[in-house]
Amino acid sequence: MNSRLFSIIRKEFIQIIRDPRTLAMILVIPVMQLFLLGYAATTDVRNVPIAVWDQSRSPESRALQDAFRAADYFRIAFDVGSEAELRDLIERGEARAALIIPPDYSERLLEGDAQVAMVLDGSDSTVGTTALSTARLIGQAQATKIMQEQTARSGRGAEFKPPLEVRTQVWYNPDLISAHFMIPGVIGMILFAITSILTATTIVRERERGTIEQLIVTPIRSWELVVGKLTPYVILSLFDTLVVLALGHLWFKVPVRGDLGLIIGLSGLLLLSGLGIGLFASTVANTQQEAMLTTWMTLLPAIFLSGFLFPLEAMPVVLRWISYVIPLRYYLVIIRALLLKGVGLAAIQNEVIALALFGVGIMGAAALRFRKRLD
Amino acid sequence: MTEYLIQAQGLHKSFGENHAVNGVSLYVAAGEIYGLVGSDGAGKTTTLRLLVGAMQADAGEMEVGGYDVRKQVERVRSQTGYLSQRFSLYEDLTVLENIRFFAEVRGLSSGEWLPRSMEILDFVGLAEFKDRRAGQLSGGMKQKLGLASALVTRPRVLLLDEPTTGVDPVTRQDFWQLVIKLVSPPIFEENGGMPEGQGGVSVLLTTPYMDEAARCHRVGFMREGKMIAEGTPSELRAMLNGRILELRGQPISLLRKVAHQDGDVEDVQAFGDRLHVRVGENKAEVVLNRLKSRIRSEGGEVTDLRSVPPVLEDVFIALSESESKVSRLWERPTSGDFGLRGQAHD
Repeated sequence: MNSRLFSIIRKEFIQIIRDPRTLAMILVIPVMQLFLLGYAATTDVRNVPIAVWDQSRSPESRALQDAFRAADYFRIAFDVGSEAELRDLIERGEARAALIIPPDYSERLLEGDAQVAMVLDGSDSTVGTTALSTARLIGQAQATKIMQEQTARSGRGAEFKPPLEVRTQVWYNPDLISAHFMIPGVIGMILFAITSILTATTIVRERERGTIEQLIVTPIRSWELVVGKLTPYVILSLFDTLVVLALGHLWFKVPVRGDLGLIIGLSGLLLLSGLGIGLFASTVANTQQEAMLTTWMTLLPAIFLSGFLFPLEAMPVVLRWISYVIPLRYYLVIIRALLLKGVGLAAIQNEVIALALFGVGIMGAAALRFRKRLD
Repeated sequence: MTEYLIQAQGLHKSFGENHAVNGVSLYVAAGEIYGLVGSDGAGKTTTLRLLVGAMQADAGEMEVGGYDVRKQVERVRSQTGYLSQRFSLYEDLTVLENIRFFAEVRGLSSGEWLPRSMEILDFVGLAEFKDRRAGQLSGGMKQKLGLASALVTRPRVLLLDEPTTGVDPVTRQDFWQLVIKLVSPPIFEENGGMPEGQGGVSVLLTTPYMDEAARCHRVGFMREGKMIAEGTPSELRAMLNGRILELRGQPISLLRKVAHQDGDVEDVQAFGDRLHVRVGENKAEVVLNRLKSRIRSEGGEVTDLRSVPPVLEDVFIALSESESKVSRLWERPTSGDFGLRGQAHD
């Protein structure tokens, strides 16, 4: 093995081990982020507290309340007696929705034109949207049930059957658990953020502390310097990938259906982009702070436009175009497909090619800019 | 025939409008210590950086350790020990780890680096601190560690940029003893010294201290990117022979004022309790007689006034001033070594 290269790698490892900040960034932050995002960044809406203003107080109205209770989505937290009370609860955010059952509910039900009102707090659109559609579904289900009961009671014999039914089948993530969607994204984000930030700061640190001057006057070749300084971070980032993947699998029960070798190999491909961006930032920045800022400035849009949190399909066309130059976007498609769908290389070849092109491009541009000189 | 390990001719380097190095030529022979002096911003550091390829010269020819700096810079670097002005080793690595790193990247094998590092740490007196982090060393020890890292591969050329700035006088002494030992082979007795058939090391250093410049075999004086004078310390001192008067008396402020008023006095500098008065060419006699009586008539007291041999500091100050203020200094030929030389090898 090239001994100069090996010396740089060893030196870099010693420095990482002795620097608590870098060490924390490599060992603690990924796990912290995984748990934080695995739990917090969930779009699963459950146990939404609602208030019920039951003016009917009849067996029928209680049956409707039971239907709401039966669905996991709502928790009947308040039983109120006036509109003012109800308004107050929603304003204070203690109830996110309110169900209003009119006094003549059971009579109207017999006549076949009963109406109940659902008031939703739309200030949180995720909760609002889910609550809206869930409330509708519960209402429809309850209506069907009541009709079936009425038909049965009228003794017409023939079982009531709705003319159309949509039978849904959810593939890959049957319970639609958002952690299964989020955690592959977290892996991508961690890999990308850690490599780019660490790469940028490790090279700029040499410049900031003046050690670059001594490094320049050694016979180390530029490529040896770059490869030697980056290798430890590649190894540690891949280690992070495995840790996050293992925790995601064991703790959050995220399936790992694809080939593990392929997952690691393609994660390495994302690293190339992260390293390239970091290296590029280090050729622009003069201080570690500047390097950090520069990488963050590219990281933030990358995270928002990658489809990590918001679906790309919902974005305006212009933003979607921008997302084509964001390597994380391709990786997220790849890693989600590999983990959840268990596809082979053929199904994701376009994304793999795009990711490879970006990685080689940014790395090449950075390497061209990188000079082993002071001026 | 003299072997020149550092040869530079017509070096130019600009940063925008600023001509940091403007046509510098210099030659340093094997076994020679060459001191570069000059005020801050004179271009000394840049010259050193050009010679080791840390910066790219705009123009000029350079050969260091027998290799062309432009074409074979990595070869040059493996022959050269460079100590930058600012401490530029890794503070989070230990003394030994630092030396090991620089030894290995300069090509010492895994079997060689340890004995060689210990030998060099002994040489600079840091052996007992080998496991201490570099960041926890004193300023002087850091400089010694810098020198040790530069020396561990036994380079034939040493470029030292203000190696003793910020270092206490005792450590400065030690440091100079080390440098002097280096240029007079053999350094490493047990290993038979330098590779066979080769003379001592060439040392090119910059220094702000004139007592250090006086210890160099030759001194080059730089100003505004140009080499304006060069020679042995005694040759440089000779430039001001007979033009420095030493004046002692009371009160100093009055002595200084009266001396300044004299038309033949070019400059007055305080040296502790006495003044160095520089006079124009062949004016020493006149001023000597005139000054004493003038001071007395102003109510001052002269305890001693006589012509003294110039020190390098006098020359440094004279050379730092504008040419119009220093008469006749410029027409004098400097050392016979000054001037361009052809290829020194072959």
